[in-house]
Amino acid sequence: MEKFIKLTDTAVPLPIENIDTDQIIPARFLKSTDKKGFGDNVFRDWRYDHEGNENKDFVLNDDTYNGSILVAGDNFGCGSSREHAAWAIGGYGFKVVISSFFADIFKGNALNNGILPIQVTPEYLKELLQTIKDKPDTKLTIDLENQILTSPAGDLEFEIDPYKKVCMINGYDDIDFLISKKEQIEAFEREKATV
Amino acid sequence: MAGKTLFDKVWDAHVVDTVPNGPQVLYIDKHLIHEVTSPQAFSELEERGIPVARPNQIMATADHNTPTVDQHLPVRDVLSRNQLKQLTENCEKHGITLYGLGHKYNGIVHVMAPELGITQPGMTMVCGDSHTSTHGAFGTIAFGIGTSQVAQVFASQCLLLTKPKSLRVNVNGKLKPNVLPKDVILYVISKIGTNAGTGYFCEYAGNVFEEMSMEGRMTVCNMSIEMGARGGMIAPDQTTFDYVQGREFAPESAEWENKLAYWKTLPTDADAVFDKEYSFDAEDIEPMVTYGTNPGMGIKVTGNIPDKEDVNLEKALAYMNFKKGESLIDKPINYVFIGSCTNSRIEDFRIAADYVKGKQKAVNVNAWLVPGSQQVAKQLVEEGLDKVFTEAGFALRQPGCSACLAMNDDKIPEGEYCVSTSNRNFEGRQGQGARTILASPLMAAATAVAGKITDITKQLN
Repeated sequence: MEKFIKLTDTAVPLPIENIDTDQIIPARFLKSTDKKGFGDNVFRDWRYDHEGNENKDFVLNDDTYNGSILVAGDNFGCGSSREHAAWAIGGYGFKVVISSFFADIFKGNALNNGILPIQVTPEYLKELLQTIKDKPDTKLTIDLENQILTSPAGDLEFEIDPYKKVCMINGYDDIDFLISKKEQIEAFEREKATV
Repeated sequence: MAGKTLFDKVWDAHVVDTVPNGPQVLYIDKHLIHEVTSPQAFSELEERGIPVARPNQIMATADHNTPTVDQHLPVRDVLSRNQLKQLTENCEKHGITLYGLGHKYNGIVHVMAPELGITQPGMTMVCGDSHTSTHGAFGTIAFGIGTSQVAQVFASQCLLLTKPKSLRVNVNGKLKPNVLPKDVILYVISKIGTNAGTGYFCEYAGNVFEEMSMEGRMTVCNMSIEMGARGGMIAPDQTTFDYVQGREFAPESAEWENKLAYWKTLPTDADAVFDKEYSFDAEDIEPMVTYGTNPGMGIKVTGNIPDKEDVNLEKALAYMNFKKGESLIDKPINYVFIGSCTNSRIEDFRIAADYVKGKQKAVNVNAWLVPGSQQVAKQLVEEGLDKVFTEAGFALRQPGCSACLAMNDDKIPEGEYCVSTSNRNFEGRQGQGARTILASPLMAAATAVAGKITDITKQLN
């Protein structure tokens, strides 16, 4: 997993609520057996029409907005558990997603792929979206070490599970940790078998 | 000290270790896998040279990306065929039992595992599929995971998790006639919304759930994720024990007695406290339909679409081509789908068959019936329901996830409405531009016969 320490970049606003993982990556693109290439089809049915032409109204097709930070509406990533959604977001080049609320499974999948989900208050989100709309070259800074998001909407201290923070900063994943617990897991199994 | 919930009891019995100020290491009893969310996890292990820790606690099926016709022939779609081939090879290589296409036990993972007795009370179960919550009907902690977590369970038979908060949904009273478990859960989600359960594990309690069959309980628990909850559980009772006993992988004799005694200790203590609780009257629930693009956008079939200023509502109605304030009754419908891990079990088909018996489907309707498993398909024939359906003009297909997520060729065309017994009405879920109306198997059967949405409360009372 790639390390995440600090990032300063512009952001892409997507002020739609309840964006489900079927919108992030439709099921017909889940036939691949590796993790690559999903970024090409992120938000596929919003980005392109049925004939494959770009939908000019959609923010990813609008040159005004660029950057590796996605700022999205409430309850981002609900629905299917498909990790392909996190691979699509990451594959497109997003490293951070900011929303006022994340669905559980997406949040976990994002963290497991080095993508940082940052939860902000609904008021902060509204102000941030307005700021980006008014001034698309606005830069945001995310300092994971100090858990600070800096933007014209203000400095915000965001939460992250302390264990996950260490993983993100060092590029570790859970597999290494779990394998290190092998003896305890085997002891648990022996005890369980005798209950 | 306050008592423990059903969830606490099962969770606490599976904690291997706790990271200081961090997550817990939770032991997983059963891991279910399928062709779509497992290949990258197998690759991850292989790249790192890690073996599968407990292959005998993993069970595989092919369901998401399989055709529902001509399953005896090679799968035509190259990508799908490759995905299925990889599952077969991975299972062979790692010694994992696979009930692949055509096997007598093949089916949708959340239909076949319970019917084989793999799902048992007090277990922890995971699968790379958000509707794993279905198995909570047995008093099991069961939830969907991402592919990285599939790899973690392969590597260690454990997951690193933070214990979720507790939520209880109580429904008490007497359900009206023709109100089915699907209506109960659609009603609950319409009341509390699609993220009320996020961060929580839900328990369903009250006489309505106590009186439900196991299949009804599975329908309810299946949709827990649609209100954001990672899982939903119902306390195991005699109904649960009777269902499990005698199934292929159910414990026997002394082991059964031991487990049974343990299972009886699992229900939530009377003095347990939940972080959040909702209560509803059964009498208020009627047959439900959805009008929008998330499962929380549901109304009674006799009701009207809300008429309020809301950008999300407007966006959804623009997609569905419905208007604020209107009723859905008499809306012409050209597609009906009875299937999915929510409603593809034998009781669902019995209810639908009871309604269509002696009737004909409307000429405009394409009515697809997709049983949840080979065993359900076999039972349909044994009970003569296949004849009832084919005589009424319904198309009986072979088991799989099918038009619920439209990953295979079972897609609803652009702009068409489909009254569907599945679980998600997201934009494009059943095919690009398809418009999904979620409902019970009875509503779906009635729609197929009428060719439009009908008020079944009027018809059947």
